[in-house]
Amino acid sequence: MTLTAAAPAAPAAPAPEQITMSGAINRALRDAMTADPDVVVFGEDVGTLGGVFRVTDGISRDFGEDRCFDTPLAESGIVGFAVGMAMAGFRPVIEMQFDAFAYPAFEQIASHVAKMRNRTSGKVNLPIVIRVPFAGGIGGVEHHCDSSEAYYAHTPGLKVVTPATVADAYTLLREAINDPDPVIFMEPKRLYWSKGSIPEAAAPDAEIFDSFGRAAVRREGTDVTLVAYGPSLDVALEAATAAQDEGWSVEVVDLRTIVPFDDETVVASVRRTGRCVVVHEAQGFAGVGAEIAARVQERAFHSLQAPVLRVTGLDIPYPAPKLEHLHRPGVERVLDAIARLQWDDSPDTRFMAGAANGNKGGAA
Amino acid sequence: MTTQTPQMSTQLPQTVPADRPFARGLMPAPIPVQFLDETGHRVQAFTDDYAEPSSEQLVAAYGAMVIGRRFDIQATALAKQGRLAVYPPSRGQEACQIGSMLALSEGDWAFPTYRDSMALVTRGLDPIEVLASPRGFTHCGYDPMVTRTAPQCTPLATQLVHAAGFAYGERRKGRPTVAMAFVGDGATSEGDFHEALNFAAVFKSPVVFLCQNNQYAISVPLSKQTAAPSLGYKGIGYGIASEQVDGNDAMAMLAVLNKAVAHARSGQGPVLVEAHTYRLDAHTNADDATRYRGSDEVDDWLHRDPVARLEAWLRSEGHIDDAFVASVAKEAEAFAADVRNRLSVDPVLDPMSLFDNVFATPTPQLLEQRAMVQAELEAEAEEANR
Repeated sequence: MTLTAAAPAAPAAPAPEQITMSGAINRALRDAMTADPDVVVFGEDVGTLGGVFRVTDGISRDFGEDRCFDTPLAESGIVGFAVGMAMAGFRPVIEMQFDAFAYPAFEQIASHVAKMRNRTSGKVNLPIVIRVPFAGGIGGVEHHCDSSEAYYAHTPGLKVVTPATVADAYTLLREAINDPDPVIFMEPKRLYWSKGSIPEAAAPDAEIFDSFGRAAVRREGTDVTLVAYGPSLDVALEAATAAQDEGWSVEVVDLRTIVPFDDETVVASVRRTGRCVVVHEAQGFAGVGAEIAARVQERAFHSLQAPVLRVTGLDIPYPAPKLEHLHRPGVERVLDAIARLQWDDSPDTRFMAGAANGNKGGAA
Repeated sequence: MTTQTPQMSTQLPQTVPADRPFARGLMPAPIPVQFLDETGHRVQAFTDDYAEPSSEQLVAAYGAMVIGRRFDIQATALAKQGRLAVYPPSRGQEACQIGSMLALSEGDWAFPTYRDSMALVTRGLDPIEVLASPRGFTHCGYDPMVTRTAPQCTPLATQLVHAAGFAYGERRKGRPTVAMAFVGDGATSEGDFHEALNFAAVFKSPVVFLCQNNQYAISVPLSKQTAAPSLGYKGIGYGIASEQVDGNDAMAMLAVLNKAVAHARSGQGPVLVEAHTYRLDAHTNADDATRYRGSDEVDDWLHRDPVARLEAWLRSEGHIDDAFVASVAKEAEAFAADVRNRLSVDPVLDPMSLFDNVFATPTPQLLEQRAMVQAELEAEAEEANR
């Protein structure tokens, strides 16, 4: 290469700014508030303090107390107040400080937030976003680590969204705030400090507001489909990498929205791979994974080489921090499940002995 | 353990505490505010802070009470005939039902319960739309946004929090709206009653919380519901101006509610008003009130009839006469007849509407279920046509 002949090198595109998931959520709130003066943020400690996870850091200061404010410590009151404000024309984005702290609000959520459009024949719409930091893995004490998504997903009228990546945390929240229906926005608190980039401010709307009901294939593979969301996506991806060493090519689907559910992407993937394992941190019994397993078997039975398996949290109250590693599904448990997918087409004998002994135990 | 007989709630509280704070502060009057006694004579029980309502408003209240009562009796009859699946009546509570609505302005909002149908009819809502829910055709037959009336609420006290948020939101939007939020004596035990009052007070929401203490939560008497000296006192702890009123005295109800609405509208925050009244009928047509209260108690309250009381006063003052009373009675009969006639025609329901309004746009799963039901109905129709 000669010095003189060198054309001026095009400046390398600057690496996209790396921010945390909590920073991405903060940015989404700010951008939504800037775009629409009716967006208001409120809850416990979200104002001056900026939230216990600092997700709303600086918003009250920068947008004023009218736009982002602290409320009395009462979750049912927060949700009910949001219902009223939405009826007056606002778009409230409210925070339940922790998963289990949202339970006092469940009546408001199940009886009013979820049903208002329906019970008023579409006359009253509630564009409310209820942000819920959820799931464990942070050494949290009891009542701070519940995976409560199934309660909401089981309630008609609610959209249930959970980002697994920094980019999704931004775009899914923007879309949630833009949505005409109530959205339970579940933030995997273990991922608050994970890093990534978000779409540029100038990104076209189609890039920001087009993820609901669209699962993302995060890794392509040919032998097994792992279905995961929110707090379990990184476990699934890690397991997929490890599985490669065992000779299994694993596809990983990230649901992004539990409701609306993307049957199409999940089933298309399973039709390609012929095998499916659902991974989530929530307890398994009557959980979201049970629903997904049922749906896949209803829709892709003839493509399946093996039963759809679930790798989930145990059916126990969330354990004390020193034991949570046994509860939360890890890579090994996922690999064990993959190993049981009838690769040699011989019966899975796991439940036979138990059945003979009259063992009526549930999902493994 | 000795069984305590619940105290018969035949007397309004009469004990006057030594100190006598009044409506100037947060404290309710020590006994219910009363303008008209049971016979319709003008009295002055803690009336000093309240302006006597205009004769026009009182005459209007009389007419609305007569029509409202007739509507209520009609609806109860329709429920007994099986024309309504259920009807929670409010006969005996006319002064509360009508007073609450006449105190509001056109742009104000109501957040009613299932027992406030009479109030909604007074507000001018179409009675057929109000009864659409007990008829079993829909959950809420009227358009809340157009009628400025939230859906009648069944989960007790939950809509009070909506009123707090709504009224705050209206203030933020620069609109002078007041929300009239309804609650019964039993629902004051609910957590949302507490949360609503607290939020409304903290955010200075222009809400009037009207507690119709009709003495019973289905079968449970007030004595088993609370140890508070009066439900009106429950506002004080939240910093809410509070009052208690003879809920069968329409003049007192209007006097206090007129002031409460003005207080809320002026930006001074919410007001809690306890109205002492009585549910003359059972909880609903499905309830048997003789299992928990005696007829002597009901008779006693019949003597405090809010309609007769106001009528006596209006007649004695020459505001109404026989001809007026007769014309109102005729109007009430015509109103009831219209309800009966219009209810004889059942609306045609679109079964596919089941899938409307779950979300703004149905999910693919709902569309699949919709197609399934559609196919079932088509197969049924085909079968029927063979």
